[in-house]
Amino acid sequence: MVRSDRRRAAVTYLLAAPFVLFALFPFAWMLITSLKQNRELYSLAQNPFLVREGITWDHYRFLLERTDFPLWLRNSTIVAVVATLVSVVFALLAAYALARLRFAGADGVATGVFIVYLVPTTLLFIPLARIVALLRLSNSLWALIVTYPAFIVPFATWMLMAYLTSIPRSLEESALVDGCTRLRALWHIVLPVARPGIITAALFAFTLAWGEFIYALTFISTSSVKTVTAGVVVDLIRGDVFYWGSLMGGALLASLPVVLLFSLFLDYYIAGLTAGAVKG
Amino acid sequence: MLTDETTPADAAVPSPLSAPRLAAGRVHVRHETVTAWGFLAPTLLLLGLLAVYPLAYAVYLSLTSAQVGFAGRFVGAQNFIGLLHTQIFTLTLWNTVWYTVLAVAVKLVLGLALAAVLAQPVPGMRWIRGAVLIPWVAPVSLSVLAWTWMFDSTYSVFNWTLAELGLIRSPIAWLGIPNLARFSVVLVNVWCGLPFFAINFLAGLMTIPRELHEAATVDGAGAVGRFRSITLPLLRPVLATVLLFSVVMTSSDFATVFVLTHGGPMNSTQVLATLAFKLGLATGDLGQAAAISLYLFPVLVLATAVQVRLMRRTWQW
Repeated sequence: MVRSDRRRAAVTYLLAAPFVLFALFPFAWMLITSLKQNRELYSLAQNPFLVREGITWDHYRFLLERTDFPLWLRNSTIVAVVATLVSVVFALLAAYALARLRFAGADGVATGVFIVYLVPTTLLFIPLARIVALLRLSNSLWALIVTYPAFIVPFATWMLMAYLTSIPRSLEESALVDGCTRLRALWHIVLPVARPGIITAALFAFTLAWGEFIYALTFISTSSVKTVTAGVVVDLIRGDVFYWGSLMGGALLASLPVVLLFSLFLDYYIAGLTAGAVKG
Repeated sequence: MLTDETTPADAAVPSPLSAPRLAAGRVHVRHETVTAWGFLAPTLLLLGLLAVYPLAYAVYLSLTSAQVGFAGRFVGAQNFIGLLHTQIFTLTLWNTVWYTVLAVAVKLVLGLALAAVLAQPVPGMRWIRGAVLIPWVAPVSLSVLAWTWMFDSTYSVFNWTLAELGLIRSPIAWLGIPNLARFSVVLVNVWCGLPFFAINFLAGLMTIPRELHEAATVDGAGAVGRFRSITLPLLRPVLATVLLFSVVMTSSDFATVFVLTHGGPMNSTQVLATLAFKLGLATGDLGQAAAISLYLFPVLVLATAVQVRLMRRTWQW
């Protein structure tokens, strides 16, 4: 019994290994590249897997002192945090209405929100660029703060709807009988119970906002206002000169916040990924 | 806007004791209607202004000769038809179809395999699941940058490894030769999208009762037989949902191709989203750019229609 368990485990690890290697190798490569001295980095004679001449922090120093990278991180943080807060509040109200309140048209609205959720951002960036320009938001963080909720709210609504339907109605009904308003019932009774669902929605909202690329690339052209995804890809590459050490350092540092959140809230992410499909 | 059960409308019912139940119920429902639309208002306003209106605006733009800073005039379907006569567009359309079909197919097969591995109850599985999900979490444009570096024409780590193993003599131009570049963008898209497939298939697998497999084994069914007659049919709803989502997301993918190849070499990896971006932002031809991205629309409509039908069915169960 124990022996067959061990064999099964060994086979599983063996089968999982290529997948884990495939998934993590690019990140290991970012790390190795970002710590190597240029002389070694661009030498074909040496084993690229090893760092022989000692690690260097020069690439990170360059990134943090000579480029707009710190600004990009700050911009990404502002945009992602504000967009997440706004989206979760909007989505929670909408999801509560769709999951709990009886009114004509609920099915239609739910389907409508779902359809909007499927519309990819690559279909919207051209008209949105015009709208953003008309609203005089181009080249400011507002352009992103305003547009990101438009793709976050639909899936957050669906995610929260699924979650709210799983909470028994009787919980709030007793409060409503006691004369509580819907908003107060939502705040005092539903909110505490729905916390895991709200955290999941917020984590996904933040991850998507942090990683968003095409709007950030299209709506903003001044380097100091860029977010980290567009900044690293566009502004660190000048002409044909690649600063691979700093580029990989930047990619790694900028991935770190979401990867960290992910490792802290692994179970929430797994629950969310299966509750509402987002990208893939 | 937000009403509740104790506002004047309730007070209008003369006396709670004498009021017929039915009337009270009706008042209650009316309250809920007002409250519901109040709760929905921010979301509907947001989506109307920043999703539905832009979509309609894209359709409008695609029917005009609009340029940046110039409204243009109505040209009917001319943009859509004209595009089909340009070589770059027909190439792009085919690239998009192949990119989507290949990437989704590979993600499907590998996703099933990975899910089967992740379903094994062995110690440390939580960490393995976490590790294989990381590509999904990290910003796509940044991780694709790492792939660009790994495919570098001179310093590619793959070339170094293959050469060390004696498998190749001269370096492979991963992103420099049309078919290799196509292979590379598909590979990177698979890398990004595999976690989503695997974790959803895993969730689907978990809902299949163990007893079914055990009973089938007792009846003498082999692994392949069990997969075909138990796993596959019961996984079908999950398979359908994941596939539809992925077809929409893959066919509209932008970041992978934009960062890895910019659509090159010689437009051999150009997809609809990158071509629309190129035309819309580089040449400012908004009408054509909108038309290009709207070629994605049929895929979207089809996927949505099927998905909504699937959802209805699930609700009925």
